[in-house]
Amino acid sequence: MATRRLVYLDHSATTPTDPRVVDMMLPYFSEVYGNALSAHQFGRKAEQAIETARITIAKILNCKPAEIIFTSGGSESDNLAIRGAAWVAKQAGKGNHLITTPIEHSAIGKTIQQMVQVMGFEQTIIPVNKHGMVNCDDFAAAITDKTIFTSIMYVNNEVGTIQPIAELAAIAHPHGVLFHTDAVQAAGQLTLDVQKLGVDMMSISAHKFYGPKGVGALYVREGIELLASQSGGSHEDGRRAGTHNTPLIVGMAKALELAYHEYETRIAHYQHMRDRLIQGILERVPQAELSGHPEQRLPSHASFVLNGIDANQLLIHIDLKGVAASSASACKTGNPEPSGVLLALGYDREAALGSLRLSVGQDTTPEDVEYAVNAIAESIETMLKFKKVVVVQG
Amino acid sequence: MTNADTRVVVAMSGGVDSSVAAALLAEQGYDVVGMMMRLWSDEAMGGAEHNRCCTPEQMADARRIADHLGIPFYVLDTKEVFRNTIVEYFIEGHRQGFTPNPCMECNRHIRFEYLLNTALSLDADYLATGHYARIDRDNAGLFRLRKGLDDAKDQSYVLSVMGQEQLSHTLFPIGEFPKPEVRALAAKFGLSVESKKDSQDLCFLGKNDYRDFLQLHAPEIMHPGPIVFKTGEIVGEHTGLANYTIGQRKGLGITHPEPLYVIAMNPYRNALVVGTKMDLGRDTLTAHRINWVSGTAPHEPFRAEVKIRYKSAAYPALVEPIGTDRMHVTFDEPLRDITPGQGAVVYAGDMVLGGGIIERGATP
Repeated sequence: MATRRLVYLDHSATTPTDPRVVDMMLPYFSEVYGNALSAHQFGRKAEQAIETARITIAKILNCKPAEIIFTSGGSESDNLAIRGAAWVAKQAGKGNHLITTPIEHSAIGKTIQQMVQVMGFEQTIIPVNKHGMVNCDDFAAAITDKTIFTSIMYVNNEVGTIQPIAELAAIAHPHGVLFHTDAVQAAGQLTLDVQKLGVDMMSISAHKFYGPKGVGALYVREGIELLASQSGGSHEDGRRAGTHNTPLIVGMAKALELAYHEYETRIAHYQHMRDRLIQGILERVPQAELSGHPEQRLPSHASFVLNGIDANQLLIHIDLKGVAASSASACKTGNPEPSGVLLALGYDREAALGSLRLSVGQDTTPEDVEYAVNAIAESIETMLKFKKVVVVQG
Repeated sequence: MTNADTRVVVAMSGGVDSSVAAALLAEQGYDVVGMMMRLWSDEAMGGAEHNRCCTPEQMADARRIADHLGIPFYVLDTKEVFRNTIVEYFIEGHRQGFTPNPCMECNRHIRFEYLLNTALSLDADYLATGHYARIDRDNAGLFRLRKGLDDAKDQSYVLSVMGQEQLSHTLFPIGEFPKPEVRALAAKFGLSVESKKDSQDLCFLGKNDYRDFLQLHAPEIMHPGPIVFKTGEIVGEHTGLANYTIGQRKGLGITHPEPLYVIAMNPYRNALVVGTKMDLGRDTLTAHRINWVSGTAPHEPFRAEVKIRYKSAAYPALVEPIGTDRMHVTFDEPLRDITPGQGAVVYAGDMVLGGGIIERGATP
């Protein structure tokens, strides 16, 4: 096999765990292995580590430590927030109406769908514009006296658009509507200050910011009651049962701390690499059009619609050249579906089958970017050449 | 060029033959890329779970085998081109009273055109498949297509659509092995597929047979009509021409002193023509859309053996080429089941000289 460069441009899918985070976690597997709920010194040591982690995270979120619930990741945080809070509000007779967007992660979209189908909720899905941006007036207009809960993602995973969360939350509050945001993509790159954002609940997941997989957190403003989505022991104030995963929790806190400690350097690097990528792709690939918002986008995130290009096949081409990227329509089973997000942004079916997402990270170099742009441009040229051959023969 | 510099895309199905093909190539150090085509998902029949090919289980099997071999694996969305070429061809053939052979068409347009082109576009030098057939070159450097070593498993009939260009970019790694040896190789390579049954019948049919498929996808061609003798005398009613095949005896529902057989179909009158055993045999056929493997049509008539069905023997015959893409075949002895729409494949010993599609003859 010919030697080739390996270029990972899928940091929005997941990031490697920072070695400093790994080092921090290691003692909590075999040395500090106690159960945080145990009363003996083994348990106390674990509890101490977990509570220190909670304080670290609370500082970054500008909230009280008790407002942080540890979970297994973004999906669990989303499930707990929506089902947990909306159910309690509905039982209290406050209403049954939920507001969301058509571009939410499926952990939100599918959960709300289930609540509408089997739990007696109603929902309004407010539109987004061509850039994937929610309109504040649309949101305000969707609120009724039965509205109890809204979930709008901070940053969209497919097109990288940043929503005006603070403005939206400010609209929700006078109506007594709980505001949740899925900040899984935003964490590590945008402010997570819940006071500034004004959100009532917020989900994060460690593996998106160089932490370990399988751990996340949910911020829940003090005073908001939650129905546990995982019932059992008294962990996390009875809101999330299950023995604490000490090493992962410690790792998440360390990773988040590093992300905001090194914030300026990281963001400058992401933006620099991302802008080179965008420039390179737009120059070299005539079929490419930037998707999402041109300015209000995640620093590490570049996404494109490739008109007339089968993104699934493109990913095969560039994977064989060592470049890892993703597409919303990508599918390991050969049954690509057009991206629901791009359809919601108003793209047609064909365009929605040609999405490409490139997300840079700390280790991305200018050489990586150049290599990836070349690989993508050359692959598309080859694909089009062979497509013509097939058409001529057919 | 060393094997490591030679990229081979292997068409994987999750079955034993293509898995062993991939394993052999990986063992020989090629830059192997596994690929599976998602050909068909019959929503009307309940989705891909009910396919005979490319089911989620087979896909998972192929992916697991690729992981085991340490090769990349991709699934290619081929549904649209497969439907537009193969499934439409199958339905249209039946609509016209033929018994089409979609596997041959699939090799012509999907495997050795669409997939081969995809492989070449991925910088592959070869496409490999798990077919029982062999490729070599003659003294003049021309590629030759030969039967697989295991005569009982030989698949050269459905590969007779291949020309020089396709053969020059194709590998059949298991063509040199008898089937039991392939199963033994699967065990040796630690591929847990060796106990699987061979795949049967048309991949896109689902649980049911092709009649149910046509009833569902082209009900308009399944009209009842008359069963007639070749004199035109009506002796019964059929349920739709596609429900019958040439040579069929059972299920006609006619009482007659002698056993009756389907001898022809007349789609213009939607009539099924039956006759006695004596009417059944024919010793000539004409075929069109001939592919001559060498790339050049022979000018003179020649003696050869001709196979008229995948699972029939090759019978001695005189082959008379007509232009570059038709031929007339006269068998030494009459054959009972010359079926319009099936392939007629010309052999010289174990070598495939060419093949085409049997035309509808004059009603016997």
